[in-house]
Amino acid sequence: MAAFDYQRLSLPYSAPAECRAAGVAKRPVIVVGGGPVGLTLAIDLARYGTPALLVDEDDKLSSGSRAICFAKRTLEIWDRLGCCSAFTRKGVSWKTGKVFFRDRQVYAFDLLPEQGHCHPAFVNLQQYYAEGFLYEHALAQPNLEMRWKNRVVGVEQTPERVLATVETPDGRYRIACDYLVACDGSRSPVREMLGLTSEGQVFRDRFLIADVKMHADLPIERRFWFDPSFHRGGSALMHRQPDDVWRIDFQLGWDADPVAERQPERVIPRIRAMLGDDTPFELVWCSVYTFACTRMEHFRHGRVLFAGDSAHGVSPFGARGANSGVQDADNLAWKLHYVVRGDAPADLLDSYASERERAADENIAHSTRSADFLTPKSEASRVFRDAVLSLAQDHPFARRLVNSGRLSTATTLVDSPLNTPDGDRFAGAMVPGAAAADAPVIADGRRDWFLHQIGGRFAAVHFAASTEEAGARAFCQAFGGEARGFGVDVDALLVTSSEAPAKASHATHDARPRVLVDAERLFASRYDAKPGTTYLLRPDQHVCARWRAFDAAALQAAIARATGRR
Amino acid sequence: MPSLNIEPNITAPDAFYEALIDAHRGLTLQQSQALNARLILLLANQVGDIGVLREALRHARQGIDDEPVGANDSPSQTKGNS
Repeated sequence: MAAFDYQRLSLPYSAPAECRAAGVAKRPVIVVGGGPVGLTLAIDLARYGTPALLVDEDDKLSSGSRAICFAKRTLEIWDRLGCCSAFTRKGVSWKTGKVFFRDRQVYAFDLLPEQGHCHPAFVNLQQYYAEGFLYEHALAQPNLEMRWKNRVVGVEQTPERVLATVETPDGRYRIACDYLVACDGSRSPVREMLGLTSEGQVFRDRFLIADVKMHADLPIERRFWFDPSFHRGGSALMHRQPDDVWRIDFQLGWDADPVAERQPERVIPRIRAMLGDDTPFELVWCSVYTFACTRMEHFRHGRVLFAGDSAHGVSPFGARGANSGVQDADNLAWKLHYVVRGDAPADLLDSYASERERAADENIAHSTRSADFLTPKSEASRVFRDAVLSLAQDHPFARRLVNSGRLSTATTLVDSPLNTPDGDRFAGAMVPGAAAADAPVIADGRRDWFLHQIGGRFAAVHFAASTEEAGARAFCQAFGGEARGFGVDVDALLVTSSEAPAKASHATHDARPRVLVDAERLFASRYDAKPGTTYLLRPDQHVCARWRAFDAAALQAAIARATGRR
Repeated sequence: MPSLNIEPNITAPDAFYEALIDAHRGLTLQQSQALNARLILLLANQVGDIGVLREALRHARQGIDDEPVGANDSPSQTKGNS
């Protein structure tokens, strides 16, 4: 069966009522831009219960495959939103890669060598599928309205609201909102309308990106070549996508002619040199691009917020563009929801800006280092790059210096004002600010995943040897009654190491706390959990506090801090 | 915290120096540069500590910056790829 062609899908347009109505209606949140970031944000808001209006200037999904590597953290976020299975079913899962230097393999890597995670390190999927799946999921959200061919042409804000002017085929209208989020891409018109800029470093290099359709019996992995015989002096990258489509990327150099280089008569010989004369292929799409690492100074400007490429730009090596944008949406949605609903002060949105500005700096640093390795800026830089590559095959230390892109992982939000600093000693990666690690658990008698049990609300997670432990009883009592005084809804989860899921005798029927069994002991090892250990997780599944013993007052204070209430 | 040792530490200094020069014998300048780069990377891994490495880089750079630049020298240029 032929795959549904999302690139040809025309998204429905109808004349907005506001074009004829007098007065200005007001929405809680307007999301500008229907790419992966805007769609993720709008779906997340709607699921929290904050109505979202998404507007986009176009009525088409992504043209060309564009972003193709979706990282584990992105899959976890989409899983929380209830739409991940479409991605993993259609996408090509991978976690390994090989790097070649002048036709010899210098090393191989595995991005997720350990077992016990629901999602793979990456799935490759054309951006139009990703947007198509998100669009279909967005259609199913009652709190979400999408308006295609609605172009924002004006944005003004007062202390009380944002006023947007929107142009449609049926004329212009004005609409107000409490908050407007610009997910409108690297050339963000909203950013320009507000007189703001995203600044940074432009890299003097050009890359050819080509999608070819072919039947090839190659392992599913990322392949990267430095100076291969089929493309002397440059680098090349190859990735598998669904539908027998392969992404091939060639470094062309700054002097390449971007128009001439995208002509099939120039592109096809390059690909043939790589694949050999015996491999028939069809060129599906190609483009020549340059890139810049840029960032807006502030991601929040009063009631206007910036997320995704509008706020920050990176090189494609490392898959940090769309993946960091989806993490922006994940970070922002719950904060907007709490602020709009009055559960948190507007200052909470400053933490979106500070956390994700810092994440952008991290992504830009990685991306810049990769770009400098790929495109040495001086003769000395090139000499060291080639020295690293020449050593890498026989000297394991040098493999760590080879940089063909450091692939996107979840950003740990260190130094976030929402984190409660550790008072107790812990080992491992689950520091305050870390995105919660997954682990297999038994929930309601069935094998499931820890990350399926949390998210969408704050979660207090208490670890105990058994449900009868004194600490576990205190934890259950704190969450047993009606009034809990946390100011926001908090899920309570008791993780036990006992094999048989004993029903928590003091927990009443529907509910609190839910009991999970750490049957494979991976929760305990990943969270350095001992009896008494208690974690507080945010609605976006990031750790924000942890203790060696449960203390209701400490939990309350940590929640207040994590919602900007102190 | 370890710091850069600038006191004598090489067991046989003259023999080391001889070996270093010997290693470059018969090489073009370009090959010598490649050898030096490989050697620096190998030794850097032996040192390991980023603080010590940064200190060494600072000492090395300082010696260059203190030298007057010759009339025909120019800093290395940004160069595109081909």
